[in-house]
Amino acid sequence: MTKTVEPLVRVTGLTKRYGDTLAVDGVDLMVRPGEVYGFLGPNGAGKTTTLRILTGLISPTSGTVRVLGGSPGQAQVLARTGSMIESPAFYPYLSGLDNLRLLAEYAGVARAKIDEVLELVDLADRAKDRFSTYSLGMKQRLGVAAALLKDPELVILDEPTNGLDPAGMRDMRRLIRELGSGGRTVLLSSHLLGEVQQICDRVGIISAGRMVAEHDVEELRNEQELVIRARPLESAHSVLRRVLGGDAVRLYDDTLRATVGPNRAAEVNRLLVEAGIAVSELRSTERALEDVFFELTTEEKAHAG
Amino acid sequence: MLGSYRAELLKLRKRGAVWVLFAAGLVLSLIFGYLLPYLGYATGEENQQTSGIPRSEVLRGLLPERVMDNTIGGYPVFAGALALVLGAIVVGGEYTWGTLKTILSQRPGRGTVLVGQLLGLLTMIALWVVGMFAACALCSIGIAAVENGSMNWPGPLDLLTGFAGGWLVLSVWCLAGAVLAVAFRNVALPIGLGVVWILGVEALFAGVVTSLLPDLEFLADAMPGANAGALVFAVTGMTATDAPPGVRDAVSGDRALWTLLAYAAVFVVLALVTTRRRDIA
Repeated sequence: MTKTVEPLVRVTGLTKRYGDTLAVDGVDLMVRPGEVYGFLGPNGAGKTTTLRILTGLISPTSGTVRVLGGSPGQAQVLARTGSMIESPAFYPYLSGLDNLRLLAEYAGVARAKIDEVLELVDLADRAKDRFSTYSLGMKQRLGVAAALLKDPELVILDEPTNGLDPAGMRDMRRLIRELGSGGRTVLLSSHLLGEVQQICDRVGIISAGRMVAEHDVEELRNEQELVIRARPLESAHSVLRRVLGGDAVRLYDDTLRATVGPNRAAEVNRLLVEAGIAVSELRSTERALEDVFFELTTEEKAHAG
Repeated sequence: MLGSYRAELLKLRKRGAVWVLFAAGLVLSLIFGYLLPYLGYATGEENQQTSGIPRSEVLRGLLPERVMDNTIGGYPVFAGALALVLGAIVVGGEYTWGTLKTILSQRPGRGTVLVGQLLGLLTMIALWVVGMFAACALCSIGIAAVENGSMNWPGPLDLLTGFAGGWLVLSVWCLAGAVLAVAFRNVALPIGLGVVWILGVEALFAGVVTSLLPDLEFLADAMPGANAGALVFAVTGMTATDAPPGVRDAVSGDRALWTLLAYAAVFVVLALVTTRRRDIA
């Protein structure tokens, strides 16, 4: 008998409207225990609005949201959730340590936990310095430390690598991977495809307020496609669209990409040669998340338009 | 609730602006309560500072028996404006720095956070009152020692009434600053509007009502500033001639007390309802 695992976050038909602006439009989302879930989308897609709703900071216009079996913002839900929404916001006149001290007071957490999270984010040496003197990377790390104060089951991080230099990004990603491998569930929003590909187990892609796909990252990455270089390229495009279907073939600057497996390479080659098209390259490749993302978000914009 | 209150005390204690405001209130109290009157007393009978008032009366106003008058005499206007600024910067700062979302994503509910914040502010106001009293008391003692004046102090009940009245006056203005900050999610606008109201609009309105629209006197008498002045007037036992600006017997002490308590309750409820219902961006 298969045991059903209850998702930690379940969102159904979530909509948020600000006047005439529809920020989030019928989003469905599910985060399972123990996974690192990437919430991917361009800036302004509705990621932060969705995460604010999940943490109870704003109310949805419609839809149902369940977080850790409760409603967002409930004390018992917040006690098991750590979050950093948008840029890390702390009191500039207090030290990092004092900022965490007062958050520990609010959260009802023992002070001993503060030292632990400062060590974890590698900020213990600068803990007594004022927050206003911190670099952006240190501010982000303090934000993560605050999110971890309660030793939460669910960690929600909104663009945690935003504004960091390459070394800061690398450290932050390593920290998030450690959180994920430590049994915590992480919901991470990002507009960086590579980041999600590196860190996450599953990804939800949002564009213009609508969820356009939700997949395992490995599943998306393992999808194969054929890269074709041929002349004349437009004729090759027409031939392959006719045979493989319009959705399966995309035209780039000087190549075609067909979403078919390597077992159909010979067939594609034969079709093109028989049509009098010179094929100079035909190879199989793994689709990058970037390709999937642009495909899906472009389609969504076309639908919206 | 206790955690939110302790967190608020930590923030207030370590925030320089809180102590700058206190220092400004203290300096104003000492300058207008002691320094200028004492200079007037010391420089002779015909000085403008003391014109029409016998020197002995001026000196009497500086001795320990009148310490409460000097401590809270400036509360309805000048110290009130500083208390309003305190409420606005503490509550409005949470919005401008975005720290409210950081706090709310910990455990406490919105009501708990706000109540903790307001209790912290009211505690700080109590410290201000005690601190200003201590400074005024030291000045009184010094002047009494130098001028061989009497060391009679107000009775314990008078002191307690004075403390409570002063604390209530500053608390109402502080809560006004806080509720304006919640309404505007900001610091600058509440300070601007609040200070203009305290220092200008109320006095202007009272003047217009007195001279042109006497039928509207009930409205002028319902204003927070008029009631703050009336309460201070009642708890200190000043006379109309030696009362500082803003302190007058516009209404009875009892009515002023209840009116100020009503204002405080309205401000707290408005702040709570608004904070609980709104989206935190």
